[in-house]
Amino acid sequence: MAKKFLSGDEAFAEGVRLARPQVISAYPITPQTIVVERLSEMVEEGSLESEFIHVESEHSALSCAIGASAVGARTFTATSSQGLLYMAECLPYAAGGRFPIVMMNANRSTALPWNIYGDQRDSISQLDSGWIQAYAENAQEGLDFALMSYYIAEHKDISTPFMVNLDGFVLTHTYETVDVPTQEQADTFLPAYETENELDIDVPKNLAFSAGPEHNYIFKYKEHQALLRAKSVIAEAEKKFAEIFGRQYGGLLETYLTDDADYILITLGSITGLCREIADSLRSKGKKVGVVRLRYIRPFPTEELAAAVKDAKAVGVLEKDISFGNEGTIFTNVNSALFRSGINISSYNFIGGLGGKNISHEDIAEIFDRIENGAEPVNFIGIEVSGG
Amino acid sequence: MKPYLREKKTFGFDETPENTAFEAGYLVTVNSGWRSIKPVINAEKCVGCMQCYLYCPDGVISVENKKAQIDYDFCKGCGICSKICKLNAIEMEAER
Repeated sequence: MAKKFLSGDEAFAEGVRLARPQVISAYPITPQTIVVERLSEMVEEGSLESEFIHVESEHSALSCAIGASAVGARTFTATSSQGLLYMAECLPYAAGGRFPIVMMNANRSTALPWNIYGDQRDSISQLDSGWIQAYAENAQEGLDFALMSYYIAEHKDISTPFMVNLDGFVLTHTYETVDVPTQEQADTFLPAYETENELDIDVPKNLAFSAGPEHNYIFKYKEHQALLRAKSVIAEAEKKFAEIFGRQYGGLLETYLTDDADYILITLGSITGLCREIADSLRSKGKKVGVVRLRYIRPFPTEELAAAVKDAKAVGVLEKDISFGNEGTIFTNVNSALFRSGINISSYNFIGGLGGKNISHEDIAEIFDRIENGAEPVNFIGIEVSGG
Repeated sequence: MKPYLREKKTFGFDETPENTAFEAGYLVTVNSGWRSIKPVINAEKCVGCMQCYLYCPDGVISVENKKAQIDYDFCKGCGICSKICKLNAIEMEAER
């Protein structure tokens, strides 16, 4: 293991190199560009043996990955924002075909108004496409997700594409010290990808065919079951990962000071670190507050979330997303999980960070205050709620 | 490897594969007859290289005695085989 000073994008590229994808197809888009730049350099200099396909669009980037994955290649692509939306047609294609492609998405706002900065409306808009969706908090977790995502996606019981999300700029372009595992460690963790559908002239197969009403719903049911099964494979992957690399993650979600907390803030991605810091300072003033970080939102951690917040008096959901005309989509999912689990507590939605707007210490302190003392169901930070 | 018409049977939950991949040539109906042009193999030029077999999206090409053969019951007349043939051994002819 070597310590390197890397940005989130660079750390992710290192993780992808260690996973040895046989085909990489990608189109550059800010703030994802550096990932594919680094990977193309690795292929050029020979430190990564892979077919790097320069495509003309994101639609083709994912289509190439689908074709390669279909015949048994380990594949990687990366995108962001408008690029993700441009490849949107191919997302359910990859999921329905059960092609275990790994994609990094640099979370970025969507136009209009045009904006290159980070929020999570791009990936959250694609929640129903059938992909596993995970959100990293820092560059190290990004690198680790690059390895774990292949393990989970390619697992024979899962065979489902995997989208790893890193907050644009906040994670993709900031530098931190990252442990980069050795190739030997990575190879021990990650077995070679095997599929029953390799191109074989003696046993030819039809791939990616039609299925009418008679069978279509069975495919969709099986797709849903695979996503649900992924919960246990995620746990298995993390256990094996901890044994080899010595870093332990919390599974579908991570809790902080929630055991005796009355007021819990639920969030995802890089903002969590700041939320924990504010929780610490409020704890020192006697406030019983805690934080839940959703690492995965597909599959959604319904039972785990219920267990974490069941004794709380109220929860807040802080997200960089809004489903216009309703509420933040994470809030919808959290409320559904609480309702299904019979947990009847107040919940408030805090929408922040849209178009990269900074969420301050004071904003988060104010959010904790509102969770305790009441707020509107949906609150825009900086307009309806502000820490000044 | 030549496709053939199967007896149509009902597929239940357990026989339905997890992913959209299945034994090639599993054909339960003949095509509906909307082909307007059809590929015709020139046996003198064909060397049986199987490029057309690999590219045919409907899996209707087989090779016998080192010559390509087309099953017109299932060919939809897309012309990919004709385009891909390096020896120009496949001509597209109008259907009558």
